[in-house]
Amino acid sequence: MSHDAFITREATEGASAGPLADRMVAVKDNISTEGVRTTCGSAMLEEYVPPYDATVVEQLKKAGATIVGKTNMDEFGMGTTTETSHFGPTTNPVDDERVPGGSSGGSAAAVAAGEADLALGSDTGGSVRCPAAFCGVVGIKPTYGLVSRYGLVAYANSLEQIGPLAPTVGEAAELLNVIAGADERDATTRSQGDDADYASAADGDVEGMTVGVLTDLVEGADDRVTAVFEDSIDDLATQGAEIREVELDSLEHAVQAYYVIAMAEASSNLARFDGVRYGQSGGFEGDWNDAFARSREAGFGPEVKRRVLLGTYALSAGYHDKYYKKAQDARAWIKQDFDGALAEADVLASPTMPVLPPKLGESLDDPLALYLMDANTVPVNLADLPAISVPAGTADGLPVGVQFVGPAFGEQRIVRAGSAIEG
Amino acid sequence: MSNGSVDPAEVRHVADLARVDLAAEEIEVFSEQFAAVLEYFDALDEVPEIESEPDLTNVLRTDEVCDGLTQREALRNAPDTEDGYFEGPPVG
Repeated sequence: MSHDAFITREATEGASAGPLADRMVAVKDNISTEGVRTTCGSAMLEEYVPPYDATVVEQLKKAGATIVGKTNMDEFGMGTTTETSHFGPTTNPVDDERVPGGSSGGSAAAVAAGEADLALGSDTGGSVRCPAAFCGVVGIKPTYGLVSRYGLVAYANSLEQIGPLAPTVGEAAELLNVIAGADERDATTRSQGDDADYASAADGDVEGMTVGVLTDLVEGADDRVTAVFEDSIDDLATQGAEIREVELDSLEHAVQAYYVIAMAEASSNLARFDGVRYGQSGGFEGDWNDAFARSREAGFGPEVKRRVLLGTYALSAGYHDKYYKKAQDARAWIKQDFDGALAEADVLASPTMPVLPPKLGESLDDPLALYLMDANTVPVNLADLPAISVPAGTADGLPVGVQFVGPAFGEQRIVRAGSAIEG
Repeated sequence: MSNGSVDPAEVRHVADLARVDLAAEEIEVFSEQFAAVLEYFDALDEVPEIESEPDLTNVLRTDEVCDGLTQREALRNAPDTEDGYFEGPPVG
């Protein structure tokens, strides 16, 4: 049964040996693949064929992986359901009437349906963890700077990281081993991941680990989600973890701060799409402003236009201090709050998504309601921290994910905590 | 900001700044949706001013000539080219 997980199915063979030999890996369609169309789920890039590979794609090939195709996504990563794709929605392999989550919905669905062993997504505000939770697979958002963004088509570059999706914590960590590390072509990368081994941390040993429950993110969740989450926390306690409650006052401003910053960065990043070097031409009538505006009207879908316009508004004269500057204050506050909490606890825990996967078409009409679904995932992007989503069970037959947050470059800790509750 | 909608003239102005043409219906829908989103953003007023000293490091490299894209590769995705150049709309 097809879930429309792929925009382009085209196999690319990697090296004959390596840690990912014989593994089939799906790659989100905003990650550049030399000679293979990379659309970002947008009409703007429907025919765009990159002349080079992203660093993570080079790493996959070197590790022996076979890339099986490019996966569907919300247009330029802007969405939480994979319904804003120009190429139509992907369905959730667990329940075909429901969304797979987003924006890396194709990558999660491909793994959940067994159409790929592993996948890469990108996570700007939850875009790896949300679809992982909704499809019942594992997803990791690495610390900012652990994985190279060279060749990732930028949406909000101060927030996003490429991350792995896999059926198990151990396999996700194996893929992270391959893609982590400094890259001279991305000056924001750090060297902490150069020789690190994340997979060996998937040993399930949480004896003596301190787990802080982020109560602010539990209270807002659907009761059915909360019940599954609390069972997982009880399970960790039974295995010897110490459980504490953590309150962070800054978190109520996370969604506001995230959307102001993401939209502001998007308005700048997407200015490059003018239909001249690539993308849909706006023709040659009138002057260049007219032609660019026509190119962007035709090439961008409604959610992209919404975010580019709101971002332009938030950065415009008279509003910059009111929105953008305050959002940066909120970001710094959230970082401080997390640093404090992680001085007291080894990892922090919450439900990954506050809701169960919605039905297709149910959530598109009200943008604000959709933004609020990201309440539990956006804080770590603002704080540059690593987080994992692990399947914790089901409610009404639908997957529920638990999220663990660790300190910067503390991926081993979240892998260890995650491996203790899976299966 | 009123509860109902943003002034459509303001939406048109921002669309103009962002170089995005909008259909009349899009302006109408965005006017309403933007009001709800911007009203939600107003809660950022409650955020205190935060002193933060981010841990910043200069990342430098030597400026050496190395292989880049060929002209043919660079032009391959352009909708229109002429004599090895990108062809763009008239300027002003």
